[in-house]
Amino acid sequence: MVHAISLALVSFALWLLLSGHYVPLLIGLGALSALLVVTIALRMDVVDREGHPIHLSPKALLYWPWLGWEIVKANLDVARRILDPRLPISPIVIRLKATQKSDLGRVIYANSITLTPGTVSIDIDGEHIEVHALTREAAQALRTGDMDRRVTRFEGDE
Amino acid sequence: MTESVIDIVSWMCLVAGGLFGIVGGIGVLRLPDFFTRLHGAGLTDTLCAALILLGLMLQAGLTLTTVKLILILVFLFFTSPTATHALAKAALHGKLKPVLAAKESKRSNI
Repeated sequence: MVHAISLALVSFALWLLLSGHYVPLLIGLGALSALLVVTIALRMDVVDREGHPIHLSPKALLYWPWLGWEIVKANLDVARRILDPRLPISPIVIRLKATQKSDLGRVIYANSITLTPGTVSIDIDGEHIEVHALTREAAQALRTGDMDRRVTRFEGDE
Repeated sequence: MTESVIDIVSWMCLVAGGLFGIVGGIGVLRLPDFFTRLHGAGLTDTLCAALILLGLMLQAGLTLTTVKLILILVFLFFTSPTATHALAKAALHGKLKPVLAAKESKRSNI
């Protein structure tokens, strides 16, 4: 129920922000659309912790800035290597254990890996994620498990 | 005064974003195989897009346009890794093997 209400509010807020026309007719249509979206989502049975993870919102404010900074650092590293005439890369494929309990947690972990340039998650099976890394150093950084632990903390207790 | 400072920062973001886009393109050309090229394309997905959108947000100021730009950035950061993963997975399904560096050499020239 909490998720349904939250989804309705988020959809309606999105309508208001994207429309920019604040006349009764359009606001009414927006409210109707938000309700329609919630009805359809409820019928599809996707309004739950996984489909609409509101419980993660406060912790995202801690995780996203950290991830953002990692992305900036990785971008500079990859850009430097691309521009280096010697092209100092050492592609490697590694298997990582994902310690997250839920599918959502593992998706966040795999997406974070891919979002960081220099590492791409190419396959997930069960608790293991297969990662293609541009350099040995990037693979090593992932092996330390720092990102894995942060995502697990971010995911919290299911 | 403030306006020109914002303008300068905004342009620095736009130019830096453009540079990252170009470097990403060079990466796609220079890197040796499909999987390594994904990393080059990753530059244009992340910092290039983020810097350009940030530059545009500074131009737009505190308006609804900025809110829309933020939404574009958020959606981009959720969808681009999914697209990259779909590409990589499709390549694996197509039996494409990644070219890997030799074990002992620290610096490989493939």
